[in-house]
Amino acid sequence: MRLLIVEDDRDAADYIARAFREVGHVADQAADGEEGLALALERQYDVLVVDRMLPKRDGLSLIGELRGKKIDTPILILSALGQVDDRVKGLRAGGDDYLTKPYSFSELLARVEVLARRRSGRGEETGYRVGDLELDRLSRRVARAGKELDLQPREFRLLEYLMKHAGQVVTRTMLLENVWDYHFDPQTNVIDVHISRLRSKIDKGFSQPLLHTIRGAGYMIRDTK
Amino acid sequence: MTQSDAVMPRVSGADLDKGTGDVAEPKAGRGPSGWFGSQSPRMTALGNLFRTTAFRLTLVYLTVFALFAASLLAYFAFNTRRLITEQITRTVNAEITGLAEQYNTGGIRRLVFVVDARARRPGSSLYLVTTFNGEGLAGNVGSLTEGVMSSPGWTETVYRRLDDPEGTEHHALVRVFQLPGGYRLLVGRDLEERERLYDIVVSAGQWSIALVIVLGLAGGFFVARRVLRRIDAMTETSRIIMAGDLSGRLPVARTDDELDRLAINLNVMLDRIEALMRGFKEVSDNIAHDLKTPLTRLRNRAEEALRTGHDEAGYRTALESTIEESDELIRTFNALLMIARAESGGASTYMAEFDAADIVRGIGELYDPVADDKGIALTVEAAEPVPLNGNRELVTQALANLVDNAIKYAGQVRDGAETKSATIVVIVKNEGDQVLLTVADNGLGIAEADRGRVVERFVRLEASRSEPGSGLGLSLVSAVAHQHGGVLRLEDNEPGLRAVLALPRAGRKPPPPAV
Repeated sequence: MRLLIVEDDRDAADYIARAFREVGHVADQAADGEEGLALALERQYDVLVVDRMLPKRDGLSLIGELRGKKIDTPILILSALGQVDDRVKGLRAGGDDYLTKPYSFSELLARVEVLARRRSGRGEETGYRVGDLELDRLSRRVARAGKELDLQPREFRLLEYLMKHAGQVVTRTMLLENVWDYHFDPQTNVIDVHISRLRSKIDKGFSQPLLHTIRGAGYMIRDTK
Repeated sequence: MTQSDAVMPRVSGADLDKGTGDVAEPKAGRGPSGWFGSQSPRMTALGNLFRTTAFRLTLVYLTVFALFAASLLAYFAFNTRRLITEQITRTVNAEITGLAEQYNTGGIRRLVFVVDARARRPGSSLYLVTTFNGEGLAGNVGSLTEGVMSSPGWTETVYRRLDDPEGTEHHALVRVFQLPGGYRLLVGRDLEERERLYDIVVSAGQWSIALVIVLGLAGGFFVARRVLRRIDAMTETSRIIMAGDLSGRLPVARTDDELDRLAINLNVMLDRIEALMRGFKEVSDNIAHDLKTPLTRLRNRAEEALRTGHDEAGYRTALESTIEESDELIRTFNALLMIARAESGGASTYMAEFDAADIVRGIGELYDPVADDKGIALTVEAAEPVPLNGNRELVTQALANLVDNAIKYAGQVRDGAETKSATIVVIVKNEGDQVLLTVADNGLGIAEADRGRVVERFVRLEASRSEPGSGLGLSLVSAVAHQHGGVLRLEDNEPGLRAVLALPRAGRKPPPPAV
């Protein structure tokens, strides 16, 4: 995966770029809005990571310019401003995801990978399959090894999101945002409890677990066979 | 008559000019500071006095009153004079008619006889009978202005009495009458009385105007000085307040006048500012304490790892706990920012109408498994739609905080007491023009004395020390309530805590935050 990181804080940019390279991605860096725009126009990227406040050209204006030129590369906005209206403004300007500083790299990585995958054209499918677990979005039915499972509507949506991003790490915040549409941080481990309920329904009684906890990052559904 | 007409306006006109001249000059002319010239403190104080609105108003009223008094007196003087003149005219006419009759019946002899007799009476009118060539036959007039006798009709003239030829000249109003046979008859009245009356009126006028001016100036001076003293006291207080002592309050005279109302309003404003400043100071103190403590812990841990941990596993553990600690810090920091935003009302631009019942059901569903795991029965009562106008996300977060709290404490009992099954009830309903979001648990509740305190930032009661949390949860709920023009009430659920988030219903404009 090829990334462009537009961030004026040299230390932060170096750190992210290094971390992305460590996990096998290619990361370019730009220190201001103009440079970022030039690079984004010149080369092909899978995902752009854009800081909101940049010298020379503001992050939102950079995104607007790219979208105006019909460049639809997925963009993740990084910002110190984390209020509702800041986020809405960022997404309206053409951003695809919004991450508030400070963030953990695992969160950034998970989100970037999801964005990149969405790009590679795994669009809206009628169903997903991971190992012997099947989910039919039309009939809203889930079955494992041919045996139908009884899921609550929210559990269905949780599993749907996990299976849509099978093989990818999804963080608790991503689940909270995408499955529940909440943008705050509940103090209690509510997501973990929901996951463990789901896990008991899909993995209990099967020798091969599909729903994995990725320590320090989140969860992943994957067929390890 | 013609003369008095001419005189009166001139006199009153002069008074008028004098009045306005005296009054207007310090105001429009040189101005107060120029008027006093020097800058000595006393002069400046006087200058201040003249600059007050009260004093300027006094001057304006003074001018108006002086003008009014002057015109009243002028009118009075003019009419008195006219009345006296009329009376003289009538008397003189009657005498002339009578004397002419005497002449007609008894000839010149009889006329001379009668005139002589009348002229001798004390306080008599003026009489003079002359021949055709001006030779005096009878009467009490000694000398006259030249040519008076040759022109019949009314004249105002100067004369001397016959019995006092060297005395002072007197003014008189006389009528000369042409008798048949060339004789002329003069009858008139001395004008001294009229002049004296007129003088009295004029001097009374002058005195009263002078009195009006003196009293008016003194009154204005007094009023202005009183006002000025109160304003000075206010200025002094505000200077102290500006110097940093926010506990100062403006003096209130308890007269309920406009200055008092102003002072009271400013005092209320100062109360609010003081509360805000206290809040601000509390926040900085809290930040100092509650952010520095974990930061110190974090630093200590890193230092310790450097000093002792020589194997990779040791470093890893230390780093992991460092990250955990910093995540906690970030969470606290975010909560603080959110509270600050909600309190400043900045997020009120992002208001929309939504159904609070939806939110309650959503939060209920989100927390149900957690409650279930802890053996808590979580019930949600959200039957009817409850339209609410506000920031959906903040209200959701506030409700989540309340439920989060309830989950921590539901079912708790005092040491030694019998255990009970934990319950939480979340209710949303319309009540009057309010929306009530209630979260009730059956835990230990909050002692009445502590209820006001727990909504303050970082306040954690003893009972909650063992539970994780930042002490910001209820602060945020309270801030959100405030921002929406509502209030967070903490009540006794007997047993347990009942937290009621009361917000104004949709369609009702939220009132400005209460002081």
